[in-house]
Amino acid sequence: MAEVREVTDATWDSDVLKSDLPVLVDFWAPWCGPCRMVAPIVQELSEEYAGKVNFMKMNTDENPMVPSKFGIRSIPSLLIFKGGELKGTVVGFRPKSDLKKRIDEALV
Amino acid sequence: MEQYDIAIIGGGGAGLTAALYSARARRRTVVFEGEVTGGQIATTDIVENYPGFPDGINGFDLAQLFHRQAEKFGAETAYERVERLQRQPDGGFELGTAERTIRARAVIVTAGAAYNKLGVPGEAELTGRGVSYCGTCDAAFFTGMDVIVVGGGDSALDEGMFVARYARSVNVVHRRDTLRASAILQERAFATPNMRFTWNSVVERIEGEGQVERAVLRNVKTGEVSVVPISAVFIFIGQTPNNHLLEGLVELDASGHAIVDLQMRTRVPGLFVAGDLRTQAARQLISAAGDGATAAIAAEHYLADLDRQGPTAK
Repeated sequence: MAEVREVTDATWDSDVLKSDLPVLVDFWAPWCGPCRMVAPIVQELSEEYAGKVNFMKMNTDENPMVPSKFGIRSIPSLLIFKGGELKGTVVGFRPKSDLKKRIDEALV
Repeated sequence: MEQYDIAIIGGGGAGLTAALYSARARRRTVVFEGEVTGGQIATTDIVENYPGFPDGINGFDLAQLFHRQAEKFGAETAYERVERLQRQPDGGFELGTAERTIRARAVIVTAGAAYNKLGVPGEAELTGRGVSYCGTCDAAFFTGMDVIVVGGGDSALDEGMFVARYARSVNVVHRRDTLRASAILQERAFATPNMRFTWNSVVERIEGEGQVERAVLRNVKTGEVSVVPISAVFIFIGQTPNNHLLEGLVELDASGHAIVDLQMRTRVPGLFVAGDLRTQAARQLISAAGDGATAAIAAEHYLADLDRQGPTAK
């Protein structure tokens, strides 16, 4: 089963920017209700896109640098990276079908 | 095609309670949770008015308990948004999502309501960049900063006080000179030292390069316009019912809420509406849950009647 791994400020470059596969990063925090609703959907997506997209999550409470660099002011936020570049942003809770559409658009 | 006895659209307090009752009636039940964000309760910091929790409980935790209880008795969950609801010639229903179509003999719609937007310049562009509709989600990003909260109801004060724990100052902008919020919340808000109120005023514009930097306010009484430097605008200005699945199918009242009887029945046999989406709802978690139970019991009676009439009437 594909696992949604934690990425941190320290591992950001190697895990996300230098990843061979596109990466979706779920920015979340433990006190954010909608974030906890997004989590099972991201988990399902990670299984459906296994081998095509890596799925990671970043705790914005513990990692101040990356969220501030990307101007994240609202969570949940999902950012999609390909070849080290930001290709798509989804702010707030969206249904799974919307997320798939956004991922597919970012992969083109 | 997947066939259910009861399909429930919306996974808030009404939907999850309906699922609990339907599953316990041993009806094959599915809850679609794509329409609303698991219910408005999930973004509430502390629920203090749901009996049984005298010390209050976090809204998301409570929603998870509802969910677990429904699944424990066999209700299925689908994280899909229902885009199509149609009555079939045989009296059953067809529900379409982006991924599939399913059938159900009875449907309970608990799609609730969505928060209204201000509809002012800058709002859409700066959403997620300082414009927020969830205080409990985003307050921490504005620690030590000055922010605006727009609205005068329970949500505005509740969320505003949560934001005030982080922000340096919270300026509540309200278009009238009195609040609609409940008395206890008003007392607490007025006693919150870093919270103040700008009466008779509306936000005209939200401005900033890449993030919220200021808001333009207009006093509706004097016409005076002022520019306020702030880092965030939290918006809680009422709700609009999520009724698009019901249009043309059931009767709606003037505000767009579904007209139902005391058993949550619409004029379409087998189609029920419960919670905030129904007419004259109290818009509380406890009343939504009560509605959900009432609708599920009525749906069970409806199915039992069909069962008695034999398979041809299905």
